[in-house]
Amino acid sequence: MNRLNCVVFVFGLLLASGCSSLHTPTPQIRELRIMTHDSFAISESIIHMFEEENGIKVVFMKSGDTGTLLNRAILTSASPEADLLYGIDNTYLSRALSADLFEPYHSEILSSVPVEFILDQNKFVTPIDYGDVCINYDRLYFSKHNLAVPHDLAELIQEEYRGLLVVENPATSSPGLAFLLTTIQRFGEDGYLDFWNSLKTNGVVVVNDWSTAYYTNFSGSSGRGLQPMVVSYNTSPAAEVYFAETPIDDPPTASITAPSTCFRQIEFAGILKGTPNRSLAALFIDHMLGIPFQEDIPLQMFVFPVLPNATLPPVFQNTISLVGQPAMLSPELIAEMRDGWIQAWMEVMRK
Amino acid sequence: MDGSNAEVRTRSGFPSTWKISALWLVPVLFLSVFFFLPLAEITNRSGILTQGVILDHVTWGLLTKSLSFTITQATVSTALTLCIGIPGAYLLSHFRFMGRELLKAMLIVPFILPTVVVATCFNALLGPRGLINDWLMTIYNLQTPPIALLNTFWAIILGHVFYNTSIIILVMSEAWSKLNPNYQDSARILGANRLQTAFKVTLPLLAPSLLSSGLLVFIFDFTSFGVVLLLGGPLYATLEVEIYIQAIHMLNFPAATLLSLIQISMTLVMSVIYARISRGQTLELTPHFKAGRSLADAPVLQKCLGLGILTLLFLIFFSPLIALVIRSLTSYHNFASEGGSFGSGITLAYYAELLVNRRDDLFYVPPYSAIINSILFALITVAIALPLGILVVRALKMPQRINRILEPMLMLPLGTSAVTLGLGLVLTFNSTSFYQASFPLLLPIAHALVGLPLVIRVIQPVNESIPQNLIDSAYSLGADWWRVFRDVELPLLKKSVSVAAIFAFSVSLGEFGATTFLNRPEFPTIPIAIFRFLNQPGQINYGQAMAMSTILMILSILSILLIQITSYQGREGK
Repeated sequence: MNRLNCVVFVFGLLLASGCSSLHTPTPQIRELRIMTHDSFAISESIIHMFEEENGIKVVFMKSGDTGTLLNRAILTSASPEADLLYGIDNTYLSRALSADLFEPYHSEILSSVPVEFILDQNKFVTPIDYGDVCINYDRLYFSKHNLAVPHDLAELIQEEYRGLLVVENPATSSPGLAFLLTTIQRFGEDGYLDFWNSLKTNGVVVVNDWSTAYYTNFSGSSGRGLQPMVVSYNTSPAAEVYFAETPIDDPPTASITAPSTCFRQIEFAGILKGTPNRSLAALFIDHMLGIPFQEDIPLQMFVFPVLPNATLPPVFQNTISLVGQPAMLSPELIAEMRDGWIQAWMEVMRK
Repeated sequence: MDGSNAEVRTRSGFPSTWKISALWLVPVLFLSVFFFLPLAEITNRSGILTQGVILDHVTWGLLTKSLSFTITQATVSTALTLCIGIPGAYLLSHFRFMGRELLKAMLIVPFILPTVVVATCFNALLGPRGLINDWLMTIYNLQTPPIALLNTFWAIILGHVFYNTSIIILVMSEAWSKLNPNYQDSARILGANRLQTAFKVTLPLLAPSLLSSGLLVFIFDFTSFGVVLLLGGPLYATLEVEIYIQAIHMLNFPAATLLSLIQISMTLVMSVIYARISRGQTLELTPHFKAGRSLADAPVLQKCLGLGILTLLFLIFFSPLIALVIRSLTSYHNFASEGGSFGSGITLAYYAELLVNRRDDLFYVPPYSAIINSILFALITVAIALPLGILVVRALKMPQRINRILEPMLMLPLGTSAVTLGLGLVLTFNSTSFYQASFPLLLPIAHALVGLPLVIRVIQPVNESIPQNLIDSAYSLGADWWRVFRDVELPLLKKSVSVAAIFAFSVSLGEFGATTFLNRPEFPTIPIAIFRFLNQPGQINYGQAMAMSTILMILSILSILLIQITSYQGREGK
């Protein structure tokens, strides 16, 4: 029985320690609480800088993907869990605005941000970064098979690309939705379903999430899959170089960035309505638009800063093909049509 | 159960109604506060009560389609899981062989692994460029991989068998090894043949455990999320997957809540049916454990059969795990320039990289702290679920009407999606100091909600079968209830309690869905670290995800062995 008593004692101790930490008086340092998605990343020093300047502590709360984050924010809007929300993108923006989650804030730095990023004229949200969802291809495969890289989505239904593309399900993945929106912009609401029908006939592979598409199906990643084309970001080649096992100069992959082949996702931050720390939250938004934060974004999250005068790291400059004319649809249209588009897509693909 | 039971309880000093109320008090309170309250809160906030939900043909189509698919795949999965689990349980309970304890510990590993990792394991083994396809293509000089399993119905089934067979094997082998062999022997002496003995004697005796574990597996398959999403691909959606799509991607709260409530009601129906069927059936056991025969000394036919089952278990459980370990150690250096041939050497680089915070990342997770956090949460989960489970199991042994109502309720958290549970808990508690405290205690509480039904299902059949005369004699010798519990019941329950602890521990260790809602970045767990690596492109990220998954796997084997060693000691000696 001694052993059992011992086990009971240890469990009790653990439980007690768990409980006691509930009652430890929190030090009287003010906290700024920021709610964000799981993909958020930033350097420690950038946050410490802000904490020291303002004598406060920044607390991050992560909450699944963007959709989950927005859901949580909407459902808790009566008693918000945080002061600031970061990570809503233009595909969810309209929904977030109509839920009346934010307080307006007009940062002075916004004047240096290109107008194309400022989607909310009432300034309830502030753009922080953007990323372009593009088709990535396995360079070796294309050169080995003497295959031309497609420069228009319409080419993807040609015989030579049969079975070579893997995409994500727009009902479960945000790059998947971005790609669906690209096809809607490219072929119009009347034409996109025909395109998908032909794409299906041409053996497009659909999976539910980015990780499976990139690491299981794509031949250019360490997963060594079967499809040499995948829907990912135009920064993925830079990540392949930066995260190579042994240093390489040339990425094994590249992205197709021809006009109307990529979708631009812009991410926003907004002050949550009802926060007691409004001025502090506003300061943090300015901090996010400051040069140190903006220049830290690329290598942490592999997206681009909205500030044009933020310098990009060398690996971005050398490996990434920039998108000249991305597909963009207005957030209002996306909010209104999103469910219907996905539903129609589902019916075509499941037939 | 008969009336003498109630009489005995009264002899112990309390009226049985008082006693049963006392036993139920804490579990019911726990469930009400941390399950029903959040459920009510989320139903209320979804607007379904005020606005209702429009049952147009789209919603109706979603509902019928996902419901029928959910039932079909759960039935096929459970049937196949039983086909493999029962022979496995027989082998483990009747024979001794080298590595039996290790095998038992390893069996539960799939149960712990997060689905992202399992999907990766399967891909490493059976994917288009997995080990098996690679070999087949080399041997037969094929241009295309012959096995195309991923994104099919059978990939889902295989995933479920991989996940849940351990439940059948552990619960059944536990019961089987305690079966009183006199019954079978008597049947044989009275002239029954092997088949008759098996179906008329052994099967009815094992029925409670079989039903118990089978139902658990069915419910797990019924509410499956990750396996269907990651292995089945976009053509298949269970109710649980549809709830996630509707809530998170369509932002259609009313529909998501409706589907959630339907799933919970179905779970309730299954639990009520289970309680009805299993009532009155008890497992006869003797306090003496069968030692088991040595497999090496068994007759040739049995030996062959045993080895066959072992091989099957190995193929199903260990080959994906071994594929994972191989991936975590294989260098893909220069792979692109070599034209995609299989990896070019062994490396520890991914493990080493885990220890480096290369980018000064604020959310960098040192592997040791992920391990410590995961173990801490898992231990607290066990500390909550085990005492509650024992209280419930004791209450269930008393012949009271209230049990019929309360018992099925305890199963409901299993039928509740992680999104619903996690969001519900956040909504209910987010303005309390309990939630705002620095330690996320709600996290192990959520894990305990899911672990509790498992704990009960594992301990209950064994508890029911403790011979009543043992307890009666203890009382008549003047022992109080605590002594009876400590010196008579607990020693008999010890092994099943340890199996229950293993399950509760495992549920917590691998849980990802509710964790993302309730955790804080300061307390990252291993599944969260794995998820982060798999979300960025690059060889090192992929390699680190494999390395971290391997660590999770090894950690779970070690903790299970430890639990087994501490709880089995003393038994062997007697």
